Amino acid sequence: MSFDVMIVGIGGQGTILTSNILGEACVIEGVPVRGAETHGMAQRGGSVESQIRIGQEYGPMIAPGTADLIISFDLMEAARYCHYLKKGGTIFTSQEYVVPTSVFMQDFPAPDKQMIMGMLGDRTVIVVEARKLAEDAGSILTQNIVLLGAASGQLPLKEQSLREAISRTVPKKTIELNLKAFDLGKAVGSTG
Amino acid sequence: MVVKYLLGNEAIAHGCLEAALDTAFGYPGTPSSEVIDTLRAWPDRQSYVEWSVNEKVAYEEALASSWCGLRSIVTMKHVGLNVAADPLMTSAYTGVKGGFVVLSADDPYAHSSQNEQDSRCYAAFARIPCMDPSSVQEAHDMVRDAFSLSEEFHLPVLFRPTTRICHSKSDVSLGEVAASDREASFEKDPKQYVVIPAHTRILHKRLNEKQAALKKRLVESGYNRCTIRGKTGIITGGIAASYVREVASDSVSIAQIGAYPIDEEWLSDFIRSHEMILVVEELAPVIEEVARQVAGLVPVLGKKTGYVPYEGEFSPERVAQYLHAAGIQVKTDYPATPAPAGLPVRPPILCAGCMHRTAMYAIRKIFRDGIFPSDIGCYTLGLQLGVVDTTICMGASITVASGMAQAGEKHDIVCTIGDSTFLHTGIQGLLNAVYNNANITVVILDNRITAMTGHQPNPTTGITAAGIERPAVSLEMLCRACGVSFVETVSPSDLVQFTGVLKEAKSRSGVKVIIAKQPCVITERRAKISRGKFRVDKDGCIGCKACIKFGCPAIELHSGLALITDLCSGCGVCAQICPVSAISLEVKE
Repeated sequence: MSFDVMIVGIGGQGTILTSNILGEACVIEGVPVRGAETHGMAQRGGSVESQIRIGQEYGPMIAPGTADLIISFDLMEAARYCHYLKKGGTIFTSQEYVVPTSVFMQDFPAPDKQMIMGMLGDRTVIVVEARKLAEDAGSILTQNIVLLGAASGQLPLKEQSLREAISRTVPKKTIELNLKAFDLGKAVGSTG
Repeated sequence: MVVKYLLGNEAIAHGCLEAALDTAFGYPGTPSSEVIDTLRAWPDRQSYVEWSVNEKVAYEEALASSWCGLRSIVTMKHVGLNVAADPLMTSAYTGVKGGFVVLSADDPYAHSSQNEQDSRCYAAFARIPCMDPSSVQEAHDMVRDAFSLSEEFHLPVLFRPTTRICHSKSDVSLGEVAASDREASFEKDPKQYVVIPAHTRILHKRLNEKQAALKKRLVESGYNRCTIRGKTGIITGGIAASYVREVASDSVSIAQIGAYPIDEEWLSDFIRSHEMILVVEELAPVIEEVARQVAGLVPVLGKKTGYVPYEGEFSPERVAQYLHAAGIQVKTDYPATPAPAGLPVRPPILCAGCMHRTAMYAIRKIFRDGIFPSDIGCYTLGLQLGVVDTTICMGASITVASGMAQAGEKHDIVCTIGDSTFLHTGIQGLLNAVYNNANITVVILDNRITAMTGHQPNPTTGITAAGIERPAVSLEMLCRACGVSFVETVSPSDLVQFTGVLKEAKSRSGVKVIIAKQPCVITERRAKISRGKFRVDKDGCIGCKACIKFGCPAIELHSGLALITDLCSGCGVCAQICPVSAISLEVKE
């Protein structure tokens, strides 16, 4: 049995980078890993998902109802993929969300926070102030790492491996920034 | 041995380097593009790497390279193989000298494609071997070995990964990158390389004679293998094999097809050791058809009996369903968990500041009742803006436009095509339209890059795959050389000028070409070009939604008023659209 993680968000928010960090941490620990991600046209501001299966030797695909953990960079995307979560699993999500442009163009009512939280139902959801914490770390571009830090306590990977994986994966100049974001996320993840 | 966490396409590129690849050619296409992108960015690269202008060109160059004794790969997406099908079919006759691998990446579920065709059918059609990896590691190992298989049988080897191989990631055990000591040298042999009828009849016979030994070799080398465990057997291949292994109970026999053609005797032995067989493969029933031919009285379940679909991609839970329906035990039961309803969809969208949106906005404004054939690229997303009426395949915007015009369609016909697509297969359509005097307007959306597939350079970019600067091709001169007299180049961000040129084109007959020229907004961002950000004056905004209807993702509606977010790239088109001048460049205090 593998530990299955979905990383979801909007194209450009860093889902692939975040899943690369998990994959790199698995290689550091010598654990087999499989991942599947969205490339190509779907990246252009669309809904994107990365699936990553820690300890898996077969395929990269996670079935609905079986993910151990969901990390979401957008509250609305957390709701879109929440049915992938297994009973007893946890969702870590940013509290913010971007309303799709088509909603404004077609005059649809924009979903509000209450409605989205309703869709998440009775699942265990940890809502993280990712933007604020990323700003505290020094750059709003580190929101993905804040959320990774917040969820890190649930992962079957050592903190040391994750920190090493971050250092290997992010641009050199931003290592310190990202490690700080990871720590800030971890602090709220363990108390939240 | 090194273990790395790699994308399937990166692992494939590494496998090529371990085989001491000499040359690589390709045309970008999801999900294949990262193979060439990895090779061209390789540090201390020894091999020649090229982005060609289309798949036929790339195929023929790679074939020629093999004829000179070098190891060569050509890469494309599945539909690219249609473009390269002409040389493919006959290169099976001429054969090859240096190892020659044809990578054609299939896209079950059409994540990023116009169809779900199955490249394995091409291999059967051409009678060449086809390799169909079931995992990233296997893709790496297979492509490394494909070059020697090609050299052994003197045949092109079709290598067919699917999206879930190309864009999957895995820990991969890698070997050493090897250096080539081969030098290109063409030995003349007209009986091999000049396919006049007298030669080709003999070559065809030789191709057919290779098949029996080839089938045996694919079993001997372990690409096609089986484990017999019980009275029920599953035959599977490609990524579907990994799902079968994940979900099938340990009491079920599995035969895994990793390469084609299948040895019928071997498969027949497997099938006849069982009381029932289920074939699980994505897309076409390639394995299933062979299985049914050799099954005798053993029932073979699969697509033809309604147990497995012909279309779409598989997943563990879907494969578990197929097995369950066939009465085969599965390891895991998957809970039915419906997706939440009521969320607005979030499809991919043109970037904030993308010139395609502006060009299409203007086209729609000037040609209200127009018909808009379009093409393959980011701008296909213009469907959301109502300016994409047809899309079939690369280059088919201009030809569909001229076809409609020649058919007598009375409305104005305005087609859109990107720079890379125009150079791929658009030029011939334009030449034909001028030659036959079609009454159409062609808008070339020239953003100087092949954007959708990941920003590969093309002849308009002024740089090659290897990073060497070359003079950028002049689209104006190309169009004029095709015989177009009305050729105007204009940036769509200047809406007044751009709409003026559109009006002028509307008033004329014959073929009119407008080159909408402006660099891709992603290129500009990477080059750190900043034009500032625009903002809405809250007191000035009347809530008319003119800017909202433009469809830029940086413009939102809050409490009935427009608001521009951080996504703004400063193109300033919304300021030109606003009827009350409530949008202006933000002044930093």
